[in-house]
This record gives sequence, C-alpha cells and structure tokens, in this order.
Amino acid sequence: MHRIPSKVRPLAVAGAAAMSLLAGTAHADITVISFGGTNQKAQVKAFYEPYTKATGSKIIQGEYNGEQAKIKAMVGAKNVSWDVVEVESPELVRGCEEGLYEKLDFARIGPKADFIPAAVTECGVGIFVWSTVLAYNSDALKAAPTSWADFWDLKKFPGKRGMRKGAKFTLEFALIADGVKPENVYKELATKAGVDRAFKKLDQIKPHIRWWEAGAQAPQLLAAGDVVMTSAFNGRIATAQKEGKKNLKMVWTNNIYDFDSWAIPVGTPKKDEAYKFIAFASKPENQKVFAGEIPYGPTNLKGTALVDKAIVPELPTAPQNMKGAFASNTQFWVEHGEDLEQRFNAWAAK
Amino acid sequence: MSKLSATMPAALASENTVSLKRQLGRAERMKKLKYGALIAPLAIFLLLTFVWPISALLKRSVDNPEVIGALPATSALLSDWNGENAPDALVFAAFAREMGEIKGTPVLAGAAKRLNMEQPGFRSLMMKTARAMPPAEGVSPRDALIEADERWADPATWRFLARNATPYTGRYLLASVDRTYDEQGQIVRAGDDQAIYVDVLKRTFGMSAIVTAFCLLLGFPLAYLMATQPPKIANTLMIFVLLPFWTSVLVRVAAWIVLLQTQGLVNQALMALGVTDHPLQLVFNSTGVYIAMVHILLPFMILPMYSVMKGISPTYMRAALSLGCPPFKSFWKIYFPQALPGVSAGALLVFILCMGYYITPALLGSPKEQMASYFVAFYTNQTINWGMAAALSAILFVATLILYMVYTRLTGQQDAASKAR
Amino acid sequence: MIPAYATPLERVWYYAFRVLCGLVLVFLMLPILVIAPLSFNADSFLLYPMSGFSLRWYEEFLTSAAWRQSFMNSLIVSPIATLLAMALGTPAAVGLARIDFPGKALLTAILISPMVVPVVIVGVATYLVFAPIGLSGSYIGLILVHAALGVPFVVTTVTATLQGFDFNLVRAASSLGANPLTTFFKVTLPIVAPGVISGGLFAFGTSFDEVVVTLFLAGPEQSTLPRQMFAGIRENISPTIAAVATIMTVLSTLMLITLEGLRRRGERMRGEGK
Repeated sequence: MHRIPSKVRPLAVAGAAAMSLLAGTAHADITVISFGGTNQKAQVKAFYEPYTKATGSKIIQGEYNGEQAKIKAMVGAKNVSWDVVEVESPELVRGCEEGLYEKLDFARIGPKADFIPAAVTECGVGIFVWSTVLAYNSDALKAAPTSWADFWDLKKFPGKRGMRKGAKFTLEFALIADGVKPENVYKELATKAGVDRAFKKLDQIKPHIRWWEAGAQAPQLLAAGDVVMTSAFNGRIATAQKEGKKNLKMVWTNNIYDFDSWAIPVGTPKKDEAYKFIAFASKPENQKVFAGEIPYGPTNLKGTALVDKAIVPELPTAPQNMKGAFASNTQFWVEHGEDLEQRFNAWAAK
Repeated sequence: MSKLSATMPAALASENTVSLKRQLGRAERMKKLKYGALIAPLAIFLLLTFVWPISALLKRSVDNPEVIGALPATSALLSDWNGENAPDALVFAAFAREMGEIKGTPVLAGAAKRLNMEQPGFRSLMMKTARAMPPAEGVSPRDALIEADERWADPATWRFLARNATPYTGRYLLASVDRTYDEQGQIVRAGDDQAIYVDVLKRTFGMSAIVTAFCLLLGFPLAYLMATQPPKIANTLMIFVLLPFWTSVLVRVAAWIVLLQTQGLVNQALMALGVTDHPLQLVFNSTGVYIAMVHILLPFMILPMYSVMKGISPTYMRAALSLGCPPFKSFWKIYFPQALPGVSAGALLVFILCMGYYITPALLGSPKEQMASYFVAFYTNQTINWGMAAALSAILFVATLILYMVYTRLTGQQDAASKAR
Repeated sequence: MIPAYATPLERVWYYAFRVLCGLVLVFLMLPILVIAPLSFNADSFLLYPMSGFSLRWYEEFLTSAAWRQSFMNSLIVSPIATLLAMALGTPAAVGLARIDFPGKALLTAILISPMVVPVVIVGVATYLVFAPIGLSGSYIGLILVHAALGVPFVVTTVTATLQGFDFNLVRAASSLGANPLTTFFKVTLPIVAPGVISGGLFAFGTSFDEVVVTLFLAGPEQSTLPRQMFAGIRENISPTIAAVATIMTVLSTLMLITLEGLRRRGERMRGEGK
C-alpha cells in the first residue's frame, strides 16, 4: 500500500472498488442477517451456499445481536436493505405488532402442518430450537456442577462466571437458583417482588460475573480460562467440543429453550426472493444439514426425522434434555422486556 | 487616507471623501461577499450533516408524539377534561373510534409502547382494547370499552392517558437526572432501580478527571524533557509520541487486551518477577480501561504542553538559579506559571475527549466502567427508547459545550489550530 | 549536561527524571511493538513465546470475504470523505482568515465542533435524521458524516498555515487582473498546500479509524475495517486481528512519515524566507 496522498490514486482505487461492489450486487441477491459466529457458519453451509448453488443468487451476510433499532429505522424510512432476518421470539412478536415484519403467507413457504406448531407464528417461521444451558470448564473445576444453584455456589465452585448481558434468561436462572420451580418462574417475575428477588439473588454473584453479548464469546471465555462456568447457547458449546475443546461440558438441568425465526422486514424490495430463501431454508433436507453443523433442533417435523441418530442426544429437543427444561415465555417478554432490560442495565452499571 | 485628503483642495475633498468612502464600503462589501462565498459551502454542509441532526436529536429529548399522534381527538378532549369524575361519553366515543382506526398498525404499537414505558402492562391493555374495537352495532362505546377491560371504568386510567397525551414531555430529561413525575404530576426522585444517571454522570466526570490526572502526571515530564533537549533529540522523542497518536485506537485496544489478558505478557512478567503468584485481573475491569485510555489520550496532553514549553526561554530559570533560588522552588515559581497555558489546554482537551469515550470502555471494561456514551448507545439500539437516548445526549452535549467554550476562551483560536499539529 | 556543582539530591533527581521519561516512552510504544510479531505466530494463540513463523493470518485476512470487503469499504469511504473535507475546508479557512464579521467566533467554533462533540452523539443524531431520508445504510451517508468529522482538521491546519501567509500576494495578483478563482488556484493554494495536505491526512486518519458513527450508520455492506475489527475484538481476539492491526500500524507510520516530511519542508521554506 502506498499511502502518499496523491489525489488520483485513492480515487482510482475507490472507483474500481465501487465498480466491483456494484457488479457483485445483482438484483436477485438478498441480504440475510443472523446471530454471527458458528451459528452463521452453519447457516452458510446449510442454507446460503446450497441456495446460491440452486438459484444462482448470492447471499450477503450480516450479523447482529438481536437489536431491532436498525430494522425499525429502515422500515420507518421505507428504505429496507435487510431482506431476511433471524429474530428471537419476543422481538418477533413485538415487531409483528409494530408493523416491522411482514405477515407471512405460508402457502409460499410450506404447509403449516409440517412444522412444530409453536414455530409457526403470524410473522415468522421457526428456523431451529435452541437452548440456554449451564456450561463449564471441567479442567478448572474439581467437581462437576449439576444445577443453577451450583452456579451460585461460590464456595464449592470458586471462580468467575459468565452470563449473557441482558435481563432475559438471567432473571429466570436467578429465580431457579433461588428455589423457584420452573413452572412458577414467570408468575413470580410478573410481580415486583419477584423481580426484586431475582436481582437480589444476582447481587450475590455480581462481582464474579463476566458479561458476554455475542454467543461466540461464551465458549471463548470458558476455553481461555477467563470464567469457569457460564450460561451459553448449547450449539456454541457443542461446536467448540467438536473443534477439540473436550473440557467444555454442558448441564442441561433447567435449561430454557426457544425458537429463532425467519422474518421479512416490511418494505423490502426483494420480498419474493426473501420468501424463496425462507422456503428453501425451511426444507427438511436443509434443516438436517444445519442440525449436523450445529446441534439446534429442526422446526420442520420431517427434518427432525432425517437428523443423524448420533446428533439427536445433543439437540435441545432430545427427551433427556427436555426433562426439567422450560420454554421461554414470549408473551411475558413482549410485555415486560423493555422495562426489565432497562432495569437490568441500570443494575449492572451500579 | 487622511494623508490623501490633506493633499487635496478643500472643496473637492468633501465630495471625494464621500464617494471614496462609498467606494471603499462597496469594495469591503464585495470582499466580504467573495470570501463569505468561500465559507458558505462548508457552513451549509455542516448545517445539514451536523448541526441539523444534533438539533433534531436534542429536540427529541422533549418530544412526545406517540400518544397524541395516535389518538388526536381523544387527546384534545382529554386536555379539556377536569380529571375528577369519569370522562363523558364524547371521550369514550372518540377513543373507541380512534382505537378502531389504528387497530393493527404501527401507530397503535408505538403508543402502546410509550404508555407501557410509564406503566408496565399498558401495552397489553391497549392491544386487547384495540382488538375489541370498534364497538358492535347498538353497543355504546363506553360499555364496549369497559367490556373489553374494566380498567376503562376507572378515572385513574384516563388520568394516566391524559398525562401522557401531551405534545412535549419533560420525563426523559427528568429521568436522566434521576427524577420522575408521580401520580399527581409532581417531580420526585426516581426509584432506586432507575436512579443511576446522576451516578453515571458523576462517573463520567470522575473517570475523565482520573485519566486527565494520569496524563498530566506522565505527560508533563516528557513534554518538559522534549522542550529542553536540542532539536535533534526532541524530534526523535516526538516520533515516540506521534506514532501511537497515529495508530488506530482499535489497534491499541487490541494490543492492550493481548498485553493484559490472564496469560498476557504483563502477567507473565509480573509472575516471573515474583510480584504475584497467580495472574492478576488486569483487563475487562477499571484497570484495563484506565491504562488504555491514558495511553490513547496521552499524546493529546503532551502536544499542547510541548508547544507552549518550547517557547519558554531558559534565561528566567537561569536567572532565578543564579540569584540563589533553589531549583525546585524556581521551577515552581518561574517555569510552571509560564507552562500553565499549555498544561490547562492539554488537560481540558483530554478531559473533553475523555467524556465522550465509548469504544474503549465498551471493549475493555465491565458494565461498571461504562460512561454516558454507553447509555446513549444502549437506549438507541437495545430498547429503542430514543427519547431517553436524546435526553442523555443533551446532558452530555451541554457539558461538553461548556468545557469547549472554556477551552476556546483559554487557548484562543490560534492554539486550537496548532493543537492539531 | 549535569553541572559539576549539583548537589547529590539534584543528581538523583536528574537520573530519576530521565528514567521516568524512559518509562513513559516504553508505555507509549509497548502496545505497538508487542502486537506486530504475534501476527506472524504459527499457532492461533496470541501469547509469547511464539511457536513459529507463519503468514497464515495475513492469508486469512486476504482471503476472508468479510475482511476484504471491509478493507475495500474503508478504501472507498475514507479517501472520498477526505477529499470532500479538503474541498470544503480549505476555501472556508481562507475565507475566515480574510474577513471579519459579527458571529465569526461562533461560526469558527461550530466549524471546529465536530472534533469535540462526543462521537456517540454524532452517530445517534445522524442515524435518526438520515434513516428517514434513506441515507443510513448507504455509502453516501457514511461519507458525508466522515467528511464532517474531518473538516475541523483541515480548517485548523490551513488556518495555521495562513497565519504566516502574506495576503499582499493575493492583492498583487488581483491588481494584475487575475480573477479570484485564478488567484486562489495559482497563488493561495500552492502556498497553503502543505497545510491542506496535512489537514487531509488528519481527516483521513480520523475517517480510517472511525468506528462509532459507522456502527450506527453502516449496514453490513458498508462495514469498514475498524467496524470489522470492533466486531472481531468483541467476539474473539484472533491472530487475524493482530495481522490487520499490523497492516494498519504500517499505514499510520507511513502517514506520520509523510506528515513529518511536510513539516520539515515547511520549516525549511519558512527559514529561507527569514
């Protein structure tokens, strides 16, 4: 690189770059936004690359951590450049109510009966079932933790903890650790006293928590020895194990599972292609490849049947993993999410 | 000019002076116009890309368009309502009609979200009510609304609605100084779980002060050394200051993570030297943030100090010393006062820049090290509470503005220019 | 250096002072010196001692679509933003140096303010205003704001250069019949050129290192090199980041050398004039 500022060179480079970029963005290409890292890598293998092969249209990948601000701004400006988005359930419902996401026409995707009933919603179709589990580094701990109560036990399991920076699931785990039964968690959290109780429980381990934001950080923190235990997405730990980090272990007790869904922002000029992509990615054979890459459960019932037997026990939907697990309460988080996230943020910053 | 007129005959002079004055005035105006035209493009450009967006953001801190925009007729009726007894049938009718109109639109969701912000649970009340609207044939709007949810029979619900159906609100600005409105509309202290912003602002100022102090402590000796060395050595030392200055902030943040991480070089060195037997936590806490911020801002401290110190003549110090004043005292009494303009310029600059920092604490700190900027970003992206983001921005902006004004007073335009170099 | 009559305390102070300055210099240089070698590490840990020499992280940088595109984007956004800042800032600085008018101080303060207003405010403000008019998630929006952030550097450096500028030259040119535009390009510009270029370099450096505004304004297609680094650092400090960091450090060193050359030239020219 020459950095002597001749006025001509940067212009020439810029011009050439602009040309190549323009050439790379043909009409049928779509932008798909997902939760980066290994999840996105698995999507590339299972959905993007086969889709490009089948249709000739390229996929521009983007990643985010679920923030809806950009989508809201784009939809409000009627200038939408994101065509398909992976969203978590509360954001999907809220976005659907606020008119951010298209009401889906399932005739263009596949028969509703093919999917797990809960994966079919007004504005979204489930991509996979994922779960938040307790993960730990077995090299760093003398004994194996077995529950969220152990996560809070600093005496028996000394060391730093990792948790996702946010109220969602953090508050649930705190109540579980405090002895609340999974079926009562959301009833408890709906009251002011219940929320206070959760934060009070979190206060016990607050100085020992390293907060993470991107899903890829959790296995990183564990492997680097920065934390000994963390909440983590099951798929991220499983892929880390596959890459040779055998000392990372999962505890499935009282894990919380949910769907991630495809949604189409209102006003995308490439709605037809977006539908085409979602229909393609929802096919059982593609969902099967995805589950093989990262052990998240398929939403297409036919896809579930195809999944390799060796992978089944790693999926959140496996019977032994479902025992004691509970579903994230979407309606609760739609109603209280903004309020609790702001309170959480205030609490964390203290 | 006076010379010119003095050489002229008196009769001609008065006439000529007038026309000359006019000519000169015209020339002056032409010049102003010509050079004004050179400034105009930039002024217009910044007006559109900078001044306008920031003004719009500041205005947003008091804007309250959601409810009044969604329910204009209801809002108008409610503003005339005394708030005592149940509102009359007209209010119910207008509300039922407008709810029916905005059912299923983003407008309703926006208003519901805004009301939910004040009172959790209001979102579902609004959604549920809208679904039951418009009233069935022959049912009065009042009955239909109370049928949908009996909270509509309670005047308190309507009072709540009326309070939030105003075009402007002080609630965001109040919230950013830990205040809120109570049921009666009085300003009171916010609950403990929300009252953090005064602390955050104190933290922003406190961290900036600490970083500035460290920069001064480390920067002053180096600037002094550079200023007192022959040009060749001074120039070489300057390279050591300028190279980090030119290196990307992200590169330096990455480097500090590598250096300070659990198994990083600093911990290796500390353990080899026997200072500690287990790795210390040096990053993702306040230590890491301070180290990196001092590193990033140190050149901004050294450069203005150096440029002032370079101009201080050594003769005064020599005079003081030869007259028997002890070295430290003569330094303090003679040299330091002369260096003070550079010191204060550097310190203010570092302080101003520090207050707005976002990237470094975000990447190297825990939630406890986050300053005001972080909360602006949080409200913008995470909870899409743009009013709150705007209010916090406004406070940060005003604080910066005041310090910036002090800075320009202190240094004058001239030094603002030389600082960039 | 140290006089013979110095007291022991003064001697101790003399050396202690130099050691202190040495430590500050080490502190300033250490991060830059540490990260470059690690980008050539053979294994994937950012730890010393290194296990061997390898160029694989540079290869990864060059072959990864995301890194390559963000590099390209930086090469689009920063030069155009810099040229825009230079084109707008230079005439404005000349104008400001030539005329006085009420509110000049205020206008100057506004022109320089993008340098001091917290970037988060600039990012959020432009994002909220640009989004409704379709300028967020576009190259144009990003370039405009980056140019605005670069303008103060051009204005201040050109203003500084003009302080030694003899405006009689301009008067001479006009009296000889040159129109203002010709005068500007033939007389003013060549003299202020070093200031313009160094201001441009500062503007380029600012844009090339800008991440906050980009976080708000850029879509995935416009992701720049610092934006990509930010995401990378947040997720996982990989040796690829060390490689990118090394490349960026080399770039900034080149900018510094250019600037230093310009400054020395300017000093020489001014020296000749005296």
